Amino acid sequence: MKRILVAIKRVVDYNVRIRVKPDGTGVVTDGVKMSINPFDEIALEEALRLKEKGLAEEVIVVTIGPSDCQQQLRTGLAMGADRAIHVQTDAIIEPLVAARVLHKLAEKEQVMLAILGKQAIDDDASQTGQILAALWGRPQATFASRVEIEGGTATVTREVDAGLETLNVDLPAVITTDLRLNEPRYVKLPDIMKAKKKPLDILDLASLGVEALQQVQMVKFEPPAQRSRGVMVKDAQELFAALQKKGLV
Amino acid sequence: MSKILIIAEHDGSRLNQATAKCVTCAAAVAGAEITVAVFAADSAAVAAQAAQLAGVARVLRVDHPANAQPVAATLAPQLAALANGYTHVFGPSTTFGKDLMPRVAGLLGAPQLSDIMAVESATRFRRPMYAGNAIVTVEVAAGTQLVATVRTASFEAAGSGGNAPVEAAAVQVELPTHTRFVSVSAARSDRPDLQTAARVVSGGRALGSAENFQILYSLADRMAAAVGASRAAVDAGYAANDMQVGQTGKIISPELYLCFGISGAIQHLTGIKDARTIVAVNKDSEAPIFEIADIGLVGDLFQIAPELERLIAAAK
Ligand SMILES: Cc1cc2nc3c(=O)[nH]c(=O)nc-3n(C[C@H](O)[C@H](O)[C@H](O)COP(=O)(O)OP(=O)(O)OC[C@H]3O[C@@H](n4cnc5c(N)ncnc54)[C@H](O)[C@@H]3O)c2cc1C
Ligand SMILES: Nc1ncnc2c1ncn2[C@@H]1O[C@H](COP(=O)(O)O)[C@@H](O)[C@H]1O
Repeated sequence: MKRILVAIKRVVDYNVRIRVKPDGTGVVTDGVKMSINPFDEIALEEALRLKEKGLAEEVIVVTIGPSDCQQQLRTGLAMGADRAIHVQTDAIIEPLVAARVLHKLAEKEQVMLAILGKQAIDDDASQTGQILAALWGRPQATFASRVEIEGGTATVTREVDAGLETLNVDLPAVITTDLRLNEPRYVKLPDIMKAKKKPLDILDLASLGVEALQQVQMVKFEPPAQRSRGVMVKDAQELFAALQKKGLV
Repeated sequence: MSKILIIAEHDGSRLNQATAKCVTCAAAVAGAEITVAVFAADSAAVAAQAAQLAGVARVLRVDHPANAQPVAATLAPQLAALANGYTHVFGPSTTFGKDLMPRVAGLLGAPQLSDIMAVESATRFRRPMYAGNAIVTVEVAAGTQLVATVRTASFEAAGSGGNAPVEAAAVQVELPTHTRFVSVSAARSDRPDLQTAARVVSGGRALGSAENFQILYSLADRMAAAVGASRAAVDAGYAANDMQVGQTGKIISPELYLCFGISGAIQHLTGIKDARTIVAVNKDSEAPIFEIADIGLVGDLFQIAPELERLIAAAK
């Protein structure tokens, strides 16, 4: 069966104004809206479109994290994923560990593609997809803005600093998504009901033979240096004068 | 002692300034010995430039036809093999480094720190999380080999005046054939490069069309500035993707950031926090961009941008 594995992470919603806890141990998450990482929604949308085009037969969503993450898996199922895997753990999961889990699952499920977000908007690491590709010994096409599957290969347009780069890679492969790849669909109410009946398997790290290794200690969180409000000018003339005074024009 | 290996970013003939910034970051690790590795089809020219960077102890050349294009799957096993004996492996947090370095970390089984913005010791660094809304001090155990990307906007480029020896390095690894470079479409322009420009003029959704962006190109040319854009402007097709500034675009640190019709979403502000002076023109006096702008002007960009251009022209 042609399967696509999509990794989705539960993160603080991108609209939330992030506040660092006064004691510096993290950011405030109590009572804060949580969502699927926006890049992962795009990853899932891409997988669903490939399935709808007949290029894949099954879409599996997977997340690694505490029990609350099942909400996001259910949302993924409501969007259209066929089944979900929850690798349940309360440990801090670094990209290397997430990639080890995804590697195990990619092999177990014999997937043709693993699609991940290009970065999780909480840790902003932008690592997991690339590490997965390394462990798996397979191609990576990161920061994708266009994906075409044909004859056992994927041709992927990537958003790079210079412009757009195109790679052609053999399948199976890892793709990570950029924002312009697609616009994710909205979940409809009946789909939420239907999603409740879709399979959701719960595994743990030990059953996959992965250790919750933590190599990076987060010693202290601080808010960024604040820029303060400057001066207002009233027209282009004053703006020009202000720039001139600073030697900027 | 720290031995730091930095991978050079280049276009085949010129060393990218991001490399010089990695050197400055590496030099902030006390007592570090810095080696720069240049992978290319023919790396002579780039290696010579790297050898001139102040603070570099040695340059390693790895010439191979497969290195003509910067493909992560091809470069990673070579860099991982070369990394043996180094305490740290650094690359820039450009799309080149972001693509490559985690693959290297994966091959080495080493932890990676993304976007280092400050060095506290050989094992302790600071990096942004949550789109720059939290600055986190992170630490790895002594003796752990560490891979990292360097947030280029946080470091000055290392100066020239160095004269490091250049050596050819032999790397015996099998290169994969599963990944083929097809093409890159670099929109070449005569304008300064967005990532290194001293001045940047940028525009948002308010520009309304690609044609209207001409107003900003014209002003930018008058100021010798690069041109940037918000995500909304890029998504709408008014500007090319390589012009996007922000969390998922380019992180820049120009002397002057002059933006028109950009509201100031946190994801955009992440990209400009290190700008020396931020100037915002927006018709909405409540726009969040004014909370961080050094100079703000409430008004219509279609009137103000051309007028500013005329004033600059008249003063010359
Ligand atoms: C995961 C994620 C990542 C993102 N990454 C980025 C990123 O890297 N970069 C980025 O920019 N965004 C990013 N965004 C999007 C971001 O949240 C905002 O949607 C985007 O920055 C808004 O762009 P804008 O300011 O051009 O548009 P708007 O928010 O629509 O603002 C337009 C502004 O123009 C003003 N205006 C209108 N007409 C005029 C006129 N005639 N003269 C003067 N002013 C006028 C309006 O008052 C308004 O303030 C990201 C979002 C997500 C979810
Ligand atoms: N704990 C996790 N559970 C599921 N997917 C994850 C997890 N961590 C990372 N990912 C995936 O990896 C991508 C990149 O994450 P990161 O490397 O942390 O920036 C995310 O967009 C997800 O697709």
